[in-house]
Parts: sequence; C-alpha cells; structure tokens
Amino acid sequence: MKIGLLALQGAIEPHARSLTRLGVATLEVRRAEHLDDVDALVLPGGESTTISMLLERQELFEPLAARLADGMPALGTCAGMVLLASEVLDGRSDQRSFGAIDLSVRRNGFGRQRDSFEADITVAGLRPDPDRTGGEPDHEPEPFHAVFIRAPLVERVGPDVEVLASVDGAPVLCRQGGVIVSSFHPELAADLRIHQLLLSAVERGASTRPPR
Amino acid sequence: MSNASPAAGRETGTQLVKRGLAEMLKGGVIMDVVDPEQARVAEDAGAVAVMALERVPSDIRRDGGVARMSDPEMIEAIKAAVTIPVMAKARIGHFVEAQILESLGVDYVDESEVLTPADETHHIDKWAFTVPFVCGATNLGEALRRISEGACMIRSKGEAGTGNIVEAVRHLRQILGDIRKIGQADPAEQFQWAKHLQAPLPLVQEIHDTGRLPVPMFCAGGIATPADAALVMQLGAESVFVGSGIFKSSDPSAMAKAVVEATLNFRDPSILAKVSRGLGKAMPGLEIGTLETKLADRGW
Repeated sequence: MKIGLLALQGAIEPHARSLTRLGVATLEVRRAEHLDDVDALVLPGGESTTISMLLERQELFEPLAARLADGMPALGTCAGMVLLASEVLDGRSDQRSFGAIDLSVRRNGFGRQRDSFEADITVAGLRPDPDRTGGEPDHEPEPFHAVFIRAPLVERVGPDVEVLASVDGAPVLCRQGGVIVSSFHPELAADLRIHQLLLSAVERGASTRPPR
Repeated sequence: MSNASPAAGRETGTQLVKRGLAEMLKGGVIMDVVDPEQARVAEDAGAVAVMALERVPSDIRRDGGVARMSDPEMIEAIKAAVTIPVMAKARIGHFVEAQILESLGVDYVDESEVLTPADETHHIDKWAFTVPFVCGATNLGEALRRISEGACMIRSKGEAGTGNIVEAVRHLRQILGDIRKIGQADPAEQFQWAKHLQAPLPLVQEIHDTGRLPVPMFCAGGIATPADAALVMQLGAESVFVGSGIFKSSDPSAMAKAVVEATLNFRDPSILAKVSRGLGKAMPGLEIGTLETKLADRGW
C-alpha cells in the first residue's frame, strides 16, 4: 500500500509522520504522474485558495478528479475538506472543488485565528487506539483530541454522507464511501485513529490504481 | 447551532493552535501589502497570507522617520478584501500595538524590526496573547530567545527593503548551521551552547533531539526574484516572506505568481527557468555596505 500526500502547500510533513508511524509508505504528489503510484491520497491543511490555484498550474486538477471519480480513497483535513466538498461557501469565485463528498462547506466558518481551538471530541465507531489501551477489544474508545485552525464549517450534509463526529451540533468528521474529511487536524495530534480510517478504506476497496 | 454535543475542554490560544497556523502556511508565500488592492493581487497570485503594513520596507528606508503599526482602518479594509490570513506588524516591545492588532482580529502579529523599536531592552511578552506572533532572528540565539518569549514562528531577518538576498542567506546559514552542530553536541557541549547562544537549555536540548527549531522557520528580507525564493527554500527555509520585492517590481502580478510557483517547485531548475522569464524589472537593489541603517541590528 502506498499513500500519496498532495504536496503543493501546507502541513504535509505532519501527515507523513503519522502515516510513517502506521508503517505505510508515502509519496509526495506534485505532478500528475505521481498519482499513478498511489492507492489513496491525503489532502492536507493549508490555504485552500492557494492549493486550488496550484492544482491548476501544476495540471493536476483533472487527473486527480478522474482518480477520485474512479473511487480512490482520500482523507481531506481542513483545506483538504474544502477541496473535496461538493460546494464551497465563502470561497473565491474561481475556486474549484472535487465534489468527492456531498457536503456544503463554509471556509473559515468556525472563525479567524483568534477563534481557533482544541477540544476532545467523540468519534462514532473508532476502534480503541492499540497504542493507548493495550488492544483490549471492549475498551471504551477514548475521545479524540482535535485541533481546529480557522476551520471550515459543514452547513449541509448530503443523504449518503455519514457524520462520525460533531462539535456543538456541527459535523466535523464525515465519510462517504472511501472519502473521509475532517474540519480539524488529526495530523497535529499523536493519535493515529483517523489516519487508520483511511487505511481501512484502502484495505476494504478494490484497487483503483490505473493499470501499468 | 444546537449544543447537542458540546466539545469538552475547548481551549483557544494554545501553543498547538498558534504553531498549528504556522504549519498550515508552510511551502507558501506571505506578501507585504499596503492596501486592499495589493492584497487582492497577492491573493489572486496564490499568496498563503498577506502582511498589512503602512509602507513597504524600501519606502520606510527611503522616507525615514518613525515607522509604526498600520492604521486600523486600513487593516480592516485589507481583512475585508481577502479570504486568506491577514498578518500585521507591531513595533518591537510595543505591546499596546499588539493588543490593538489582536482586538482587530488579525491572524498573526509580526513583532518586527522593520518598524522603529519602541523598547530597546525588552521584547513583547507574547505568552500573554491569544493571537500568535512571528519574530525575526539573525542567529539561533535570537530565535530561541524569541521562542522563549512565546513566538510561534521564526523568520530569518535578512535586510528588508534592499532587494539584496545576501543577508537572508547569512542569517539562514547561521541559524540552520548551528542547529546542525547542536545535533552532534554531547550533553556537556549542549550546556556550553546554551551559554554561548544566551538561550534556555531545554530549547537547546530539544533542538539536539529533534534536529529542528521547535516552531516553523520561514525566511524574509531581500527576496526579489523567483530564484531568490528557491535559493532560501533549498537552504532550508519552510516558507518565504516577500516585502518590497513584489510591489516594487515592474509587473507585481506576474512577479507574485512566479514567486509562488518558484516556492513550490524550488528544486526544479527547468520550472524555475520557465517562471523567471519575461517578468520585467525586479525591484532596484541596494548594496548592504552603503546602508545607513541596518534593520536587522534591531532586536536583542
């Protein structure tokens, strides 16, 4: 298994560290040909306007849209959530998104930096982290410590989308098929359970890598 | 919104949240702007953030006089014009300017040597704020003193407003070279490094263990071309600040786009050659030896 990291701008390294700790190989994706070697893609936090522009300038938007349409699993955090959503509110007029998950997302809907926060959230269906619990299967899952930075706010959830966690009534972790998005930054926590969800999606699905 | 599942222990202004925003700005370009129109040009070109100030450094240098925080009205107008983070500069030691900037809701405060210092001994106690701070440094000791005062991002200072990259290179090499040496230091030598750098021992030990600064390390001061941006990225900067280099060039929009692409593709000379073509004139540069004031000497 090889997980791609969209490496145009943003917090790429922390995701690489989390995936390395899970024992999976990673590949930084900056050009279309890099996509051919990955089974899934992480779209990191950063500035979604910048990343969206660079997707066009690197001629990566269409090839990535095609892989996502073929069902490649993906994890989008913060800006990555905005990029994967079907509708972006408060974005730039020329900002494009992939529509890989049926959500309407408001950029920076949780506010500016002074409103950025960290909090413990409860995530539905997370297996206990074996590092923390010694792998006891019936151990109550611990809350996930989530870091929200100028975070996007989900304002509409499509019928096929599962909401796995909410904060004050707003969905902050959602999944549709193999596409997982969070408005917070699991890569800034020591907890690997959200990244584990992506690996499970890859293990469950048929390979979507293009034939050589 | 309902309060169906209130988040437990919700905290703002933590180190994780402050350093986290700096993580999100990595691999990007932060551009100095003096009005909403320039801010829009910067955002259109792909800047990850803008720095609001009343005059770009080359004008401060030319006009002289005391350089202060921008007019709050201008900062508000810039905030309204763009969707990306907005930073603003406060004078070294001027904690009231910083309080005002925090109340305006700027996303990062730059306690900056480009403005005229308000205190010749003390920097701002940055732990007292919810808003995160970036500070300049010419060497590792200065960087670690700023971090111990609560800075969540360091930028090498360079010499702002000159369009001359030589000081930025000197400062980056100073900081990153010492980090590499500390990586090899045994425990006794780490004590000596802390004394030599006039910096807290725990931060020196952390650098020994991790091989990196505890906060993101960006580069500023003298970047005037895409090649300059790629140079400092190859040397180890994690993002670049461009001051006068964009809006003192003959075609700011083209220069801004080219610097953004060069910062992404900093290891690829063929792309750098492509984006460096036909940009018109870069900002006029200054020899460091001829300067009356070296801004980098401000800060203690």
